[in-house]
Amino acid sequence: MSTLRKPATWEKFFWPILAAALLLAIWHYSVIWTATKVFPSPLSVEKGLVELAHKHVLWADIIDSLRRVAIGFGLAAIVGIPFGLALGWFPSLHQIFNPVLQLLRPISPIAWIPVAIIFFGIGDKPATFLVFLGAFFPIVVACASGVSTVPSVYRRAGRNFGLSPAQILVRVVFPAALPQILIGLRIALGIAWLVVVAGEMIAVDSGLGFLVIDSRNSGKRYDLVVAAMLIIGVIGLALDLLFRQIEKIRSVRWGFRS
Amino acid sequence: MSTQASPPSTSGVKLQMDHVRKTFERDGKSISVLEDINLDVRNGEFICLVGPSGCGKSTMLNVMGGFLSPTSGSVAIDGETVQGPDPRRILVFQERGVFPWLTVEGNIGFGLSKLSDAERKQRTAHYVQLVRLQGFEHSYPSDLSGGMKQRLQVARALAVNPDILYLDEPFGALDSVTRFIMRGELLRIWQTERRTIIFVTHDIDEAVQLADRVVVLSSRPAKIQDVLTIDIEHPRNLSSPRYLELRDQLAQKIGLAYSV
Amino acid sequence: MNWLARLRPVAFIAVLLIIWQVAIDRHPGQLLPGPWQTLRGIGDLLQHGLLFKYIVASLFRVTWGFLLAAVIAIPLGLTIGWYSRAEMAFNPLVQIFRPISPLAWIPIAILWFGVGDLSSIFLIFIGCFFSLLLTAMSAVHNIPDVYIDVGRNFGLSTPNFIYRVLYPAVAPQLIVGLRITLGIAWLVVVAAEMIAVNSGLGFLIVDARNAGNRYDLVVAAMVIIGIIGLLLDLAMRSLEQVKSFRWGFPEN
Repeated sequence: MSTLRKPATWEKFFWPILAAALLLAIWHYSVIWTATKVFPSPLSVEKGLVELAHKHVLWADIIDSLRRVAIGFGLAAIVGIPFGLALGWFPSLHQIFNPVLQLLRPISPIAWIPVAIIFFGIGDKPATFLVFLGAFFPIVVACASGVSTVPSVYRRAGRNFGLSPAQILVRVVFPAALPQILIGLRIALGIAWLVVVAGEMIAVDSGLGFLVIDSRNSGKRYDLVVAAMLIIGVIGLALDLLFRQIEKIRSVRWGFRS
Repeated sequence: MSTQASPPSTSGVKLQMDHVRKTFERDGKSISVLEDINLDVRNGEFICLVGPSGCGKSTMLNVMGGFLSPTSGSVAIDGETVQGPDPRRILVFQERGVFPWLTVEGNIGFGLSKLSDAERKQRTAHYVQLVRLQGFEHSYPSDLSGGMKQRLQVARALAVNPDILYLDEPFGALDSVTRFIMRGELLRIWQTERRTIIFVTHDIDEAVQLADRVVVLSSRPAKIQDVLTIDIEHPRNLSSPRYLELRDQLAQKIGLAYSV
Repeated sequence: MNWLARLRPVAFIAVLLIIWQVAIDRHPGQLLPGPWQTLRGIGDLLQHGLLFKYIVASLFRVTWGFLLAAVIAIPLGLTIGWYSRAEMAFNPLVQIFRPISPLAWIPIAILWFGVGDLSSIFLIFIGCFFSLLLTAMSAVHNIPDVYIDVGRNFGLSTPNFIYRVLYPAVAPQLIVGLRITLGIAWLVVVAAEMIAVNSGLGFLIVDARNAGNRYDLVVAAMVIIGIIGLLLDLAMRSLEQVKSFRWGFPEN
């Protein structure tokens, strides 16, 4: 893009390390300079991370959060993918369901907490329900859009070779839409991770979100708060990168820009 | 090759178009695209449809293939009225025809699911050879050039043993050198496994080089303006007087200027 | 057949409402409201003047958080996207911070800004910031090289280049990104209000439940949230229709 000469490979490591070092330095010195009693310095966050790692609670929290994401996201995929495919394939279905979906989608999953508690009680289930809600809509939208934007050339070729509509859906439309479906799933997974953390800050007492709010409430341990935030960020990033590996599989790679 | 403008409508007629008209509705208005098309195509003939851009050549091909139904009139193949798309007559598209998620083998084998594994492998190998894509069996279309993708489409089409092959400007997206080579390839394949071919193009050189007969369509609404018989034996010498004469005739019929 | 297309969803919604009402009727004495009750709840809110007050409060926070994020993130994102070294430097940091739910910033927000409007605006800002930053970076990457070459060929000065080539080229994608981010802002404000403030539609949900189990108001608030969120989205979509942006969208 810019007209400067192409960067060398070593620069791929140099610049981010420089930026991170700069950020840490600014952070460290502003803590000292403002003589804050509460906001943690990078060092205390690092100590906090170690402390959390040694207390087994951290691992339990991570597993709890991941479990809720896995179940909620999994359910959203199992229900949402066929539903989304159907919406994309049958325009009349899309007409029927779309307005209701558009009305429900802007309601933050967090706003569902009181209703979720009535239905599911307290504990894991409402949190998983929130994750389901958060992941469901992007999955449905991506699948519907993926199916409806399959170029007609592919469908015509399918008909030409004597395939029945069901066969066309399975052997032509679905593989053609798969790249978009995967993108929708990856985005939904990211949303699921955001929702689970938020949900745990309100409605449950385990998980990384709970760790964040609890560290503050019971003792103003901001070092643990920031440590937990960093862990949340890193795990979220790991989930995203893992998913992108799936996008590299050859029979879907054609659908992604290199 | 016959020198008559239209062959007798009894023996060896593969496809028959009888008073075919096609109109489209758009914004409440009727747009007439095809007007009174009458055409007989003999078995094993190579027909080119030429005409100005947008005149309705592709529409005509789609009607012949059963992807569109005529507003009035009928299309019959081997005496049977055409009801819809059918693997006995395969359409090859200009672009994006091959399935990007399947390998070369996967694409060619696409229509062969009813065969046993062994038969399918054999058929696939045969057509990979025929279109000269050996070595690329496990490659994906994204690894192939434009010309190779079109060859793949032809292989996929031929693998199901169709009676008729429709080609809708198949070389239109390729550069002129590749186009030239592809024409030779297509003729070679056609002479090896003879089928009826109906080929749409706006390139008059292409038409004179390939076709037994060239059907000239007028601009929209399209009527068959003329049918030119190319009576040169293959391989056709592109500097021969007869070739140039026919080419000029065709150019005139379409109304092209004589010099640039 | 146009009327059929309109009739179907309406009929479906009507069926849903009926099922909802029947389900409530068959379980008397439980807490959730039926459609009628919800409607009366909305009327209640209107009567007490709370409805508009809370809607305005939520919109106020969204507007501020959203605009602040846009003003900072878009130029920043365009710059980072343009200079590959800047992107190499900052992208890893962005990728780590992005998956952190804005709500996880609440303790820090309260520490810096106390409880109230400012911290909820901060949360909305965080939510919008990363989304817009990444949209801007992506938009720059997607500028066809040919436009840049033409700009260089015609010897445009940098400010001219930005104004006459860069901005029009990225505008369509930015508009879509703004619409999506507005949706995110709306989600965040509601969640933020459930924790950190005492006005707004999110607050209404927790308050209605805590002060008397008024689930009719809870569901009424949810319905209003859905409607306003939808209206915001539609308003942004009409912006996409503005002629000079339309080149970036496929012909419909």
